[in-house]
Amino acid sequence: MSGSAYQDDRGNKDRSITKAGSPGSATGARRKGTAVPAPGGPFLIGENMTGGYGKGPNILENCTIAVDEGEIAVIVGPNGAGKSTAMKAVFGMLDLREGSVRLDGEDITSLSPQDRVAKGMGFVPQTSNIFTSLTVEENLEMGAFIRRDDFRDTMEQIYDLFPILREKRRQAAGELSGGQRQQVAVGRALMTKPKVLMLDEPTAGVSPIVMDELFDRIIEVARTGIPILMVEQNARQALEIADKGYVLVQGANAYSGSGKELLADPEVRKSFLGG
Amino acid sequence: MDFLNAIVALSNFVLVPAIAYGSQLALGALGVTLIYGILRFSNFAHGDTMAFGTMATILFTWWFQSLGISFGPLPTALLALPLGILGCMAIVLLTDRAVYRFYREQKAKPVILVIVSMGVMFIMNGLVRVIIGPDDQNFADGNRFVITARDFKQMTGLDEGLAIKTTQGITVVVAIIAVGLLFWFLNRTRTGKSMRAYSDNEDLALLSGINPERVVMITWLIVAALATVAGVLYGLDKTFKPFVYFQLLLPIFASAIVGGLGSPVGAIAGGFIIAFSEVTITYAWKKVLTYLLPEAWQPDGLVQLMSTDYKFAVSFVILLIVLLFKPTGLFKGKSV
Ligand SMILES: Nc1ncnc2c1ncn2[C@@H]1O[C@H](COP(=O)(O)OP(=O)(O)O)[C@@H](O)[C@H]1O
Ligand SMILES: [Mg+2]
Repeated sequence: MSGSAYQDDRGNKDRSITKAGSPGSATGARRKGTAVPAPGGPFLIGENMTGGYGKGPNILENCTIAVDEGEIAVIVGPNGAGKSTAMKAVFGMLDLREGSVRLDGEDITSLSPQDRVAKGMGFVPQTSNIFTSLTVEENLEMGAFIRRDDFRDTMEQIYDLFPILREKRRQAAGELSGGQRQQVAVGRALMTKPKVLMLDEPTAGVSPIVMDELFDRIIEVARTGIPILMVEQNARQALEIADKGYVLVQGANAYSGSGKELLADPEVRKSFLGG
Repeated sequence: MDFLNAIVALSNFVLVPAIAYGSQLALGALGVTLIYGILRFSNFAHGDTMAFGTMATILFTWWFQSLGISFGPLPTALLALPLGILGCMAIVLLTDRAVYRFYREQKAKPVILVIVSMGVMFIMNGLVRVIIGPDDQNFADGNRFVITARDFKQMTGLDEGLAIKTTQGITVVVAIIAVGLLFWFLNRTRTGKSMRAYSDNEDLALLSGINPERVVMITWLIVAALATVAGVLYGLDKTFKPFVYFQLLLPIFASAIVGGLGSPVGAIAGGFIIAFSEVTITYAWKKVLTYLLPEAWQPDGLVQLMSTDYKFAVSFVILLIVLLFKPTGLFKGKSV
């Protein structure tokens, strides 16, 4: 198993001595670098990113994704293309072998994920994006963990954005429906009042009606001035609201352009939008 | 009258000792369950961590006694307890620095940490024996009884006496305070909630800006405090002997698993279930039955289901039954 004796549990499944589930997979929590000024360029950009998990093969090959102020940027692409990997790379959850990440005029490539949160980045991962055993309200509080000021008004704003969460605030988040969980996930990420929001398939596994509703909410968030970098399965609908679009194939940029350009591009239509 | 005598005898020999023992097990099991929930492995060194904390407390107790400091009717060990806790915290943090952290950095699988904790267990076990010796140490002082059997008989006029040892009273009071503080901390404070969040989802905790190393450190500090309190209470109530603390690992693990590993409420419930089972099964019921049954039915033998030598077998059997029929424990631990 990946060559390391420490990662070999010899098939142990005894839950009376070890807890089930994987421990955190994110590397980079111990990264101790600092941000260096690097003026110019888009608000958030992962540029020429090359890298993979641990010592494994490269998943990303010279991949670039960016979002500018006041924009929604959408990443689409087939399953396994490395969209989620690209998002994690931008957030510092895996080590880049080449390339850099810059935020608001600073090079943050050597920052740990928790330091990037402090710099104003918010991230909703694709899976396990809520604390299931905590209540909805505690999920939001944990979102605001790094804030030492009074965050009650932010919480009120999130309850206004997602009224159902106010109703369910004392309930364990794991008991909610798929759409409600995604609302908790987005709400948690908004609690820091991020300067940029990254969403990995926020509409995965929800019904079409809930999906439209979520899209509306996301646009609403974008209107408040938070740039959004988003991975989406529903390519057509997402590109319609996108200022900028990226098509990722095998870890590399295949096409990029404005949302409208991509929707109009016959190649993109044929391969990714079903004609 | 016979009925009352039966109740008093039952309280004296079963209820009171089992409640005290149950509180001690619960505190021990809480430590095990916290490590399991947050560091993802069963810590085999927990019994010896308890022994270390108790030893530290005993050393401070002796020092206080030599200075002539006492706590009136209460054991001097209670005064030394905070210092003992600090000592235990120091050794536990040192161990984490020197041993466990390396494995966390390698992202080692939890089962490897289980084996590592066995190594820590042997080292800590040896350390305690080198420092204080392998023998019994009795360090309880102050008044021995809250109420003696004789006083109770005089007060009530019953044939049976009810004795409550000071240490039993202290055990229950201290356990309630410790558990209350722990639950308040986990459910009401920002740091406590961040520990639960980390236990729930490590990656997301990281994304929320929760520092994993800090969570781990606070967990060890709490565990050291719980272990020392549990060990000192047990030592005051019975006696301190390093080997006995090592053996305590079995009932403590049984408690944590029966209640549901990862669940603090389960750890407490499990502690009392194991304690009551152990005490009732190894108790000679002859006396109580003699009061309750008509003359003709009175038992000849001791009516003891098992000799006290087998008390560890009781924990083991309960553990097996629970694992067979309700493997997640009674209180649905995180995910046993
Ligand atoms: N934690 C991981 N460890 C190792 N490989 C991974 C991990 N997560 C994803 N991969 C691999 O990376 C590739 C891209 O996956 P991913 O980024 O999740 O794709 P997408 O989000 O575009 O569907 C896949 O081949 C997948 O097997
Ligand atoms: Mg994905």
